[in-house]
Amino acid sequence: MRAGQKLGLILLLTPLLLWLSLLIIIPHIDLFLLSLRERVGVRQYETGLANYRTILTEPLYMVTFARTAMMSVLATILTLLIAFPVSYYIAKLVRGRARSVLFLMCLVPFWVSELVRTFGWMILLRESGVISGLLQWTGLAAGPVEMLYNDAAMMVGLVYTSMLFMVVPLVTTLDSLDDAVIEAGYDLGGSGPSILREIVIPHAMPGIVSGSIVVFMLSLGNYLTPTMLGGKDSLWFTQMIYSQFIVRFNWELGAAFGFMLLILSSLIVWAVLRLTGQTLEKTMG
Amino acid sequence: MKSSAFALKLTASALALGLAAPASAETLRLLTWGGYAPENVIELFEAETGHTVEVTTSNNEEMIAKLRATGGGGFDLAQPSQDRIAGPQEEFGIYKPMDLSKIDASLFIPSMLEATKTNTTVGGEVYGVPHVWGTDGLVLNTAQAADVKDYTDLCSDAVAGKVSYRMRRPTLIGFAFSMGMDPFAAYADEAAYTEILSKVEEALIACKPNVKTYWSGGDELMGLVRSGEVVAAMAWDTGGWKLNDDNPDVTFVAPTSGALGWIDTFVIPAKGQADDAAYAWINFVMKPEIAAMITESAGNFTASQGADAFVSDALKAKYQASFPQEAIDNIKWYPPVPAGLEALEGAVLDRVQAAR
Amino acid sequence: MTTPLPDLDCDALTKRFGASTAVDHVSFSVRAGSFFSILGPSGCGKTTIMRMIAGFLEPSSGDIRIKGRSVLDVPPNKRPVNMVFQHLALFPMMNIADNIGYGLRRKGMTKPAIARKVDEALERIGLPGIGARRVDELSGGQKQRVAIARCMVLEPDVLLLDEPLGALDLKLREHMKVELKALQTAFDTTFVYITHDQSEALVMSDTIAVMNAGRFEQMGTARDLYYRPQTAFVAGFVGDANRWQGRVARAEGEALEIKTDTGLMLRAASPGRKLTVGDRAEVFVRPEAIRLAEDAAELAHFDTRISGHVATILFNGAASRVIVTDPSGADIGVTLPQSGEFAHLTRGAPIHVGWSGDQGNAFVMTRP
Repeated sequence: MRAGQKLGLILLLTPLLLWLSLLIIIPHIDLFLLSLRERVGVRQYETGLANYRTILTEPLYMVTFARTAMMSVLATILTLLIAFPVSYYIAKLVRGRARSVLFLMCLVPFWVSELVRTFGWMILLRESGVISGLLQWTGLAAGPVEMLYNDAAMMVGLVYTSMLFMVVPLVTTLDSLDDAVIEAGYDLGGSGPSILREIVIPHAMPGIVSGSIVVFMLSLGNYLTPTMLGGKDSLWFTQMIYSQFIVRFNWELGAAFGFMLLILSSLIVWAVLRLTGQTLEKTMG
Repeated sequence: MKSSAFALKLTASALALGLAAPASAETLRLLTWGGYAPENVIELFEAETGHTVEVTTSNNEEMIAKLRATGGGGFDLAQPSQDRIAGPQEEFGIYKPMDLSKIDASLFIPSMLEATKTNTTVGGEVYGVPHVWGTDGLVLNTAQAADVKDYTDLCSDAVAGKVSYRMRRPTLIGFAFSMGMDPFAAYADEAAYTEILSKVEEALIACKPNVKTYWSGGDELMGLVRSGEVVAAMAWDTGGWKLNDDNPDVTFVAPTSGALGWIDTFVIPAKGQADDAAYAWINFVMKPEIAAMITESAGNFTASQGADAFVSDALKAKYQASFPQEAIDNIKWYPPVPAGLEALEGAVLDRVQAAR
Repeated sequence: MTTPLPDLDCDALTKRFGASTAVDHVSFSVRAGSFFSILGPSGCGKTTIMRMIAGFLEPSSGDIRIKGRSVLDVPPNKRPVNMVFQHLALFPMMNIADNIGYGLRRKGMTKPAIARKVDEALERIGLPGIGARRVDELSGGQKQRVAIARCMVLEPDVLLLDEPLGALDLKLREHMKVELKALQTAFDTTFVYITHDQSEALVMSDTIAVMNAGRFEQMGTARDLYYRPQTAFVAGFVGDANRWQGRVARAEGEALEIKTDTGLMLRAASPGRKLTVGDRAEVFVRPEAIRLAEDAAELAHFDTRISGHVATILFNGAASRVIVTDPSGADIGVTLPQSGEFAHLTRGAPIHVGWSGDQGNAFVMTRP
């Protein structure tokens, strides 16, 4: 009987372990070893830290990473500012059917692929696109207006793509806030802003932090949106990784880039958790 | 991570297919460009030989990356450009030598076959034979960008904000020629090549305000030109010819410094498992009437001897309009890229992309 | 009625939700410093009244006056009324001191003054020194007291309590009843308490209003409601009662003779109400008003006597009951005297019950 149970446990865990080891652990070890390889000549390699040295000494790479991180933080903050009222509305102010409909509306964009979603924004924002045409038709603009291929367009795309991942944890945490607690705040003399600051936000903090981590990571790792909406000035770290792997055939440097991205983004998340006094268990659990 | 996972998947599927395929009728896994293996040609081939064909479309860089990930497995026939064979072969060993005795040389335009064989020879072995050829040049809306004659003219004020090109190596090479330098001659001399690249980098950074966006896919460029947002671009000849169907003002123009000529080849990946089917495919598609079908589909001409006779007059007319005899003579054919050159070019492209 | 101005005064208060009327022209006054309860089954509209007083709902019509001033235009955070919520609604993100100090901070009081008042309040509720603890470290009873202290530091004119004992276990609830009453006396503040639990209302209140279907059925002291119910609903809802339905057979002033639907002949009284022969009527008799006897002769002095046999004995200490089945098969609950006289009583034994007619309370049946 005991042996049978043990076997059952092993069988249950096998898919998880296979998934973890085949798709996460082994590739990462592989990637790490690759990043330690230095090309000294045709089919000649040595082990060393040259690739990491390259990243740290070539300012372009660090600048790109810093820019990517800053833009991702900005995208996270914007997403939070837009998603919070939306989530509050869904969690606290509407009931029944309307609520499911609103939730579904947040989900609908995810029924089409990211590529189609991004193309949608391109159709809206491009010089010969819908918004430009509308502005000209209403006489608000004299000629075609180009709204694509800049940081603002990229930001719009990132926020749009990330919205759901912020709304879901926020709705969940706000949902768990008893309405009576908010009423008690009013009853005891609190005003709207003070209740938001002292009661709603502290309660929603785990949701805010977990949503922000997910959105930050998604933005940081996004490739399509910066490439398609950001245009000639978009400089995203994932583009660098892609070009090292695919265009330059320089897998060694690409692997080192990948590891730097992993380490630096983990550091940022850790710092945010420390600053907000949250733990990973509390926000994800 | 993605690439490694991909590699695993490829190995797994290669294994499965390898075990399943009988010796006589094989499955040909073809890694090629869009339009190079049209449905009608595949049907004819399958009917004649009994082999089946699975097509994966890609581009030069991805083809090499995919083959590198598997050490040359997962596909039985690939079609990179002739300048991208020797370098990757030396570096990664992803191809198999060609058995020229299995290829019907009489089907090929002799000069093109010889040139390709020379360029794809590594260690005395030939690795590639030619298939489709074409050029990089200028796609222009002649009504609005009549003054653009060469790559450097893309940076003139007349077309400010309405220009697009790729952040890839053809752009670097094209600008170098247009600026009066010869990058191909400097391929073997790293210092001289670096010198050329730094000048091109300067020019491209100065030109950046003129650019609307760097295009990365053929469809993206077509959209930009068709909508009139871009009036002058660096692109393939076929792109210009296709756009010409919609708007007679748009066409392909060979730049005064010379169009850049490329030849896409046939190569057999190192771990290819259907060599018979691969050779059968090569000999089949190089037949003049079949090659003409591919020309209709891809828009580019092939290295097939006598296929021109079967190509439609409309396409021939466009070709002749874009390429008067002196323009054909002026085509700069890409020599093989030495291994490691991409790293130098990559740094330049990164810096141009980052410049503000 | 010593104070000329009542602390809370509701006048024809009405609340309609669409077509249904949750509160229907309810008027009442609460004397300063008294403990006023609204008792009613769930869904009777008592919570709606409370939320209107607190300001979370706007009345459809009618007026609410606190210390003589209408508060209809005053938002909840400005009303001199505070509320203890059903599940207390303590702020889980704050410690105890911050919970109690919340309202004071909102008033803009200085930090030292807040700290002093919070300490005072904790002292008063008998929990000194727990200010730094987290809400979830407290027991149910402690939370209860903190919730009251959180309101009381604001010195409201009226404290509203919305079934605050509902979530506690029985023993603690019994204890808290006494304690709530003591706290009310200590703070000397007007309490308005709503509950569906009659024993909470009976034990603590100075005045109780029994509410049903949006209206007040009767308002009075606990004794009034228990001994002199004015409606059938109050008679049935407050305290236990045996209930018969029948028709008035004979009426002599307030003394009646009623023939029940099961064929029994009962005597009853209808103080202050006029019933005439032929009226459909309901009769309520409290279990403690009924005498048990093994010998019918002992009950000769009662005008209503029934013979039956013991169906069940429900032992519950001082509140033990005997269920007697009458010849028609209906059950009658009778309080079992703990004198030992009936200690040998067993199931199925023949037994006689009787009561005097003025213990039977008769009402005209509004619904057949």
